[in-house]
Amino acid sequence: MAELLQFISSGLTVGAIYALVALGFTLIYKASDIINFAQGEFVMLGGMTTVFVALAGVPLPFAALIAIIVTTAIGLALHRFAIEPARGAGPVVLIMITIGASIFLRGVAQIVFDRRFHSLPPLFGADPIQFGGAAILPQSLVVLASATAIVTLLWLFIDRTLLGKAVLATAANRLAARLIGVDTRRIVDFSFAVSAAIGAIAGILITPIALTSYDVGTLLALKGFAAAMLGGIGSALGAVVGGLLIGMMEAFAAGYFSSNYKDAVAFLIILVVLVSIPQGLFGRAKVERV
Amino acid sequence: MRVLHRFTVTAAIALLALLSAAHRASAEIKIGAVLSVSGPASFLGDPEKKTLEIYVDEINAKGGVNGQKLQLVVYDDAGSAENARTFATRLVEEDKIVAMVGGSTTGTTLAMIQIFEDAKIPFISLAGAIQIVEPVHKWIFKTPHTDKMACEKIFADLKSRNLTTIALISGTDAFGKSMRDQCVAVAPKAGISIALEENYGPRDSDMTPQLTNIRNKAGVQAVVNPGFGQGPAIVTRNYSQLGIKLPLYQSHGVASKQFIELAGPAAEGVRLPAAALLIADKLPSNDPQKSVVVNYSRTYQTKTGQPVSTFGGHAYDGLMILVEAMQRAKSVDTSKVRDEIERTKGYIGTGGIVNMSATDHMGLDLSAFRMLEINGGDWMLVPGT
Repeated sequence: MAELLQFISSGLTVGAIYALVALGFTLIYKASDIINFAQGEFVMLGGMTTVFVALAGVPLPFAALIAIIVTTAIGLALHRFAIEPARGAGPVVLIMITIGASIFLRGVAQIVFDRRFHSLPPLFGADPIQFGGAAILPQSLVVLASATAIVTLLWLFIDRTLLGKAVLATAANRLAARLIGVDTRRIVDFSFAVSAAIGAIAGILITPIALTSYDVGTLLALKGFAAAMLGGIGSALGAVVGGLLIGMMEAFAAGYFSSNYKDAVAFLIILVVLVSIPQGLFGRAKVERV
Repeated sequence: MRVLHRFTVTAAIALLALLSAAHRASAEIKIGAVLSVSGPASFLGDPEKKTLEIYVDEINAKGGVNGQKLQLVVYDDAGSAENARTFATRLVEEDKIVAMVGGSTTGTTLAMIQIFEDAKIPFISLAGAIQIVEPVHKWIFKTPHTDKMACEKIFADLKSRNLTTIALISGTDAFGKSMRDQCVAVAPKAGISIALEENYGPRDSDMTPQLTNIRNKAGVQAVVNPGFGQGPAIVTRNYSQLGIKLPLYQSHGVASKQFIELAGPAAEGVRLPAAALLIADKLPSNDPQKSVVVNYSRTYQTKTGQPVSTFGGHAYDGLMILVEAMQRAKSVDTSKVRDEIERTKGYIGTGGIVNMSATDHMGLDLSAFRMLEINGGDWMLVPGT
């Protein structure tokens, strides 16, 4: 029983990290149909900028704030200078651009920061919380709570505000949205900025658990993307559920089966799910209305 | 046409300059170095290149070797074995070097071995794997200690504490895999039995499931973690999160201050083997390596402003073994130099005390490693090791 609880706690820890990363994919996808593969680099930038600004002597909360602002600005710049000029191109070309941006950001980070690993102090100390023979770090719960808070805020925003409706309108049909007076360029700008900010927050919160370095983004983006696909890309709730499911699968595979195959087991299950429900658990199948 | 003409003239001038430079340099002893200065293995090649440059200058300032100045020819293979081969051929055919100190990675070294064997030019490699000198190649030597020695060092320490049943938790990165294989291979001979093996991906952020299984395995007396990068720091944190009280051993792959910073208080009591160079200031003053490692780290740190690494130390050892061999041979004849390298006895370097022979082209024993314990956020030399 104690080991089951420990595996669940591990699954929650890892799953919450994936969920937080996966959330970053949803808004950009919602507004522009682009899967932004530089999302992992936003996560890296959040963590690394905080570490280096804090090293320069700035108190941690301000360092975190600066990191979020810097990352948001970079997200905005990514859209303005790389995506927007190519807006006529198809989604595949735009996705390629985001992959290029991800490689570029990683290279720059290597020079501006360094190639070493860094950590940040956890929010509520490093003493694990004990329950039924299992132990979980308070920071894991912080990550989980943040993921929940971001989902709620995103849902309120999309469903309850005019701006949110404008995002949906832009996603559904850009030309029609423009005709009814939506400034679609600003909307997509906004979605990149918010996604970058979500990425930065994720990066800051997971660094005390997973550590950070200039190249931490690649694998996080891959796992986050898998989580977003499993949950149904574009659905914030799906991103969180997908992330937690993948985390749990990895933990159980490592605990009960074999740590050699834990990634293989997780991705096998994802494959099976996506073959049977291609739109993901919470995704809506695209319906073309005539 | 004009452009083409100008190009030809420039090329001709460049060629002339190159030829005259080559001519002028013919009185110097040419030492080649193919290093991974850029690319993924630059953490190896960069300190190696800097070290070679610092010490070649220093030797030349003191009058060179046997009255001749040294000339260092460095090529950057960027971590690619293919590039390394090309540059090795160039060193042999165009630069006509006397000897080579280089080969930052096992991959680049293995790609170059045949070229130097065929050309009959001594090649002192700076890469880790045991395959470079086992089986022995006539012209190939190496300075760094091997993963196998790290395993043996850990196992010897376990035996001295009467701990014989262990669990392994290894990273699946190249370093972790290679060291895990070596540890599994030498365990029976060292009288150690491995009761359970777990592993983790190099980017995993939580290893508690694997460690839970280790905790629940009856009979395990200690845990060994072959790994590199951030994985071992997370393993160490999770280890204390789960409250496991068994002794934990890390590898020489994380023997840096950074590991203590990343793992934090959880690192207390963790043991790991490390080269003497990393604890230069902690060595007792009667330690034979004390003056070498202190001098090297001081020189490197003042000239480059960067913290010292064992990798630069391997290059220092390679260069000094070569220079001493040339001095003993009183010649730059490649086969005489080779014979003298093989006769290196009692050379005290940053990596340990080197005693080469016809059957041992590395010449290090387990004393190259010191067993360290982390105590109060700093290294402490375990007495008797």
